[in-house]
Amino acid sequence: MRVSFTVNGRPQQADDVWEGESLLYVLRERLGLPGSKNACEQGECGSCTVRLDGVPVCSCLVAAGQAEGSEVITVEGLAEYARQRSGDALPGAADGAGPHTGEGAGLAPVQQAFIDAGAVQCGFCTPGLLVAADEMLERNPDPSDADIREALSGNLCRCTGYEKIMDAVRLAAARQAEGA
Amino acid sequence: MAATGAPTGLTQGSRTKGGIGESTLRPDGTLKVTGEFAYSSDMWHEDMLWGQILRSTVAHAEIVSIDTSEALALPGVYAVMTYDDLPTEVRHYGLEIQDTPVLAHGKVRHHGEPVAIVAADHPETARRAAARIKVEYRELPVITDEASATAPDAILVHDNRTDHHIGHVPHPNIVHRQPIVRGDVEQAARRADVIVRGEYHFGMQDQAFLGPESGLAVPEEDGGVHLYIATQWLHSDLRQMAPVLGLPEEKVRMTLSGVGGAFGGREDLSMQIHACLLALRTGKPVKIVYNRFESFFGHVHRHPAKLLYEHGATRDGRLTHVKCRIVLDGGAYASASPAVVGNASSLGVGPYVVDDVDIEAVALYTNNPPCGAMRGFGAVQACFAYEAQMDKVARELGMDPVEFRQLNAMEQGTLMPTGQPVDSPAPVAELLRRVKAMPMPPERQWESSEGADVRQLPGGLSNTTHGEGVVRGVGYAVGIKNVGFSEGFDDYSTARVRMEAVGGEPVATVHTAMAEVGQGGVTVHAQIARTELGVARVTIHPADTRVGSAGSTSASRQTYVTGGAVKNACELVREKVLEIGRRKFGSYHPAWANAELLLESGKVVTDGGEALADLVDVLGDEAVEVEAEWRHRPTEPFDLRTGQGNGHVQYSFAAHRAVVEVDTELGLVKVVELACAQDVGKALNPLSVVGQIQGGTTQGLGIAVMEEIVVDPVTAKVKNPSFTDYLIPTILDTPTIPVDVLELADDHAPYGLRGIGEAPTLSSTPAVLAAIRDATGLELNRTPVRPEHLTGTA
Repeated sequence: MRVSFTVNGRPQQADDVWEGESLLYVLRERLGLPGSKNACEQGECGSCTVRLDGVPVCSCLVAAGQAEGSEVITVEGLAEYARQRSGDALPGAADGAGPHTGEGAGLAPVQQAFIDAGAVQCGFCTPGLLVAADEMLERNPDPSDADIREALSGNLCRCTGYEKIMDAVRLAAARQAEGA
Repeated sequence: MAATGAPTGLTQGSRTKGGIGESTLRPDGTLKVTGEFAYSSDMWHEDMLWGQILRSTVAHAEIVSIDTSEALALPGVYAVMTYDDLPTEVRHYGLEIQDTPVLAHGKVRHHGEPVAIVAADHPETARRAAARIKVEYRELPVITDEASATAPDAILVHDNRTDHHIGHVPHPNIVHRQPIVRGDVEQAARRADVIVRGEYHFGMQDQAFLGPESGLAVPEEDGGVHLYIATQWLHSDLRQMAPVLGLPEEKVRMTLSGVGGAFGGREDLSMQIHACLLALRTGKPVKIVYNRFESFFGHVHRHPAKLLYEHGATRDGRLTHVKCRIVLDGGAYASASPAVVGNASSLGVGPYVVDDVDIEAVALYTNNPPCGAMRGFGAVQACFAYEAQMDKVARELGMDPVEFRQLNAMEQGTLMPTGQPVDSPAPVAELLRRVKAMPMPPERQWESSEGADVRQLPGGLSNTTHGEGVVRGVGYAVGIKNVGFSEGFDDYSTARVRMEAVGGEPVATVHTAMAEVGQGGVTVHAQIARTELGVARVTIHPADTRVGSAGSTSASRQTYVTGGAVKNACELVREKVLEIGRRKFGSYHPAWANAELLLESGKVVTDGGEALADLVDVLGDEAVEVEAEWRHRPTEPFDLRTGQGNGHVQYSFAAHRAVVEVDTELGLVKVVELACAQDVGKALNPLSVVGQIQGGTTQGLGIAVMEEIVVDPVTAKVKNPSFTDYLIPTILDTPTIPVDVLELADDHAPYGLRGIGEAPTLSSTPAVLAAIRDATGLELNRTPVRPEHLTGTA
């Protein structure tokens, strides 16, 4: 079958999709967007979290056909999405900044905070956590620690023990408040 | 056409430049937060096929027949292979003992063993084809524990063993046995005023790294193959793969893809050979990605164990002796079992002074899932048991458990049970003091101005209590872990470092085969190069087999050993750069000949700080490159009868204090805080060090109250291979983890550093158990603790 939906603001179309394919599979294997991760493919780990018409979902549990006509935001589009939400440009590339340097060039605040707080180790949980954390900060710009834990409880991380993830989300919230 | 997702070099930018000791940020951080970082499961190639493995549905059986015809007939299927299709006579592999069949031959020995492999044009086609392969099994009795393994009529899991352990084990279903005997326990026991015995059970833990086993094998024009893979040790994989494929090692090219965690679970091969076999058979690139269900069968687990201990002490609180027997279930194949036995036995009494010991550790062959490496590697199981014993002895003596530990704590100069002196700082008592001195979390921490926040209580949002029946407990534990590969293993690493002037700036490139699995080795290598070579810009070359072996990303060893290799190669590059400088500029300044010279901030400077030349001018058009192996101090095997020997390189120590709150009516546990104090020798990157300690601590929490692979004792089949039924800690289960980092240099190690990754996984578990015992008064001799163990309904 053919599936058409919008990903990160761009209309996308996939042909010859088998009916059993998940949104995650179509994003990763047919649309060249492997940022959403495949840690469990059973809706338990949150590594494949994307926003489907604004709502965070496990894309492994969404049949690709269900996404027909929807707006999908993945980690690859998070910076641009944040930029549009904030209504102005995010900080541009500083000296030495770039994708292979570990330094931000136009990242979403929550992405930069994850780098700065040391919340990234192997990084496999990171894309899903970023989409979930960004969505929470959109709803709740001043979260308590208990709020953060509740919002991110569907995202497993095996490396960090979550402490630096807590630090990162607090940092992103604080920076967001300063910028507001 | 090239594979999409092949790794590129990483160059840290100017905002975070820094040498050792600074918390520089990860050079792969931006790629990882934007989704651009390519993990092995993200690899893609035009025209690629998907591989699928068919696994055994029973634990122990003869294979009567395999019929692949229906699978081959399915449109879209390119190849189906069984044992009979293997290209050479080398059809087994293994880390130490080559006992693992590439595909099952005549017999399967555990649930989930690979039987056949399929390549097809869509993963679903490959799955359906695998399901159409007909395998007829004739089931055999299962061996599941020590009694069934060593029974007089026990079936041998492996017939005709020829490995180097068979000569000293009491039964062919025992992989390896290591006794350690020192002093005279019987005589020492007579001095004891109290003797405490215990039997402890440790459940099977899964590494549960999030990035599933995966990779892409691309056939090459010269008849070889290029594998993009997530592993812990490229060269170990290569050594095991090439003979099975029938290729010389130079025709099997290995490039490290992004690795989504490892924790020991990627030490053994998983899909490496299968993907290469299918690629060579079909002439097409083949990608294999396990799903989570398959991942539970696709790698070895942490050995479950039964541990019997006897501790004696005098009334004034001195340990007289320790006797222990540790039985590790190695499952169907050897994997790292012999080395796990070495660790469990040699570290079996913990970080204490005990002159009289009688220790025995064995690993069994059974039909349970194979077990091997996982963070803590044998030391974890022992620590759980000896720390429970230390609390019991303290209680018998009426002493404070921390003071009792401090009274018996080892220090520099203490002899291990192996007779090896601990020849660097061993601040065991100090770590306990520090962790005890940390401020306690407030009592009734769930109370807020608006009443009880159930999220802070046992049971959480299930809303099972508002504080009724909730009791707090506090527990302490400390552990000892070896760093590096032990027992005489030639544990070297290799680094290639290049220095040249690019665009008017001196630049260093570091090329190693080190597997970056998330630990931050790539960050630290750049820091070392900056410190040694005085450059700002360092590029980390992708890890591959075009450079010599780095050894495994295991045993807390990479910063020590590959970090040591990078430091060494940098020093050799520096010497060459200084030689060039002397040749070019030596006549201009006497310091070139008679001063100690350093490279700093892009210049050659004297140790007095006087700048002699810019590195750019010294280098000119020349590039200086060195590739060199580096080794730590050699170790020696443990004596097979007495266990004596200088078997370890370095030790690592951590202590924990756990604060828990238990709903004693429902048996629900909330870990409120897990404080850790650890000696790291020298923190090369403090941010990463704390991250490692918090992550290791959390995996220990998982063993304490959540994680266990449940194997049916009758069928030896795995009952919970999913994240629905195998629970790892979420952010709600994990408490705050304050960390106190101590830096006492080990003079034998580069920069005085100490391997850090594993020690926190040891003491975390027994500290949580001790806290639950403190809250409930229960004995609790197994881990993980489940609600039924606390409510008496088990």
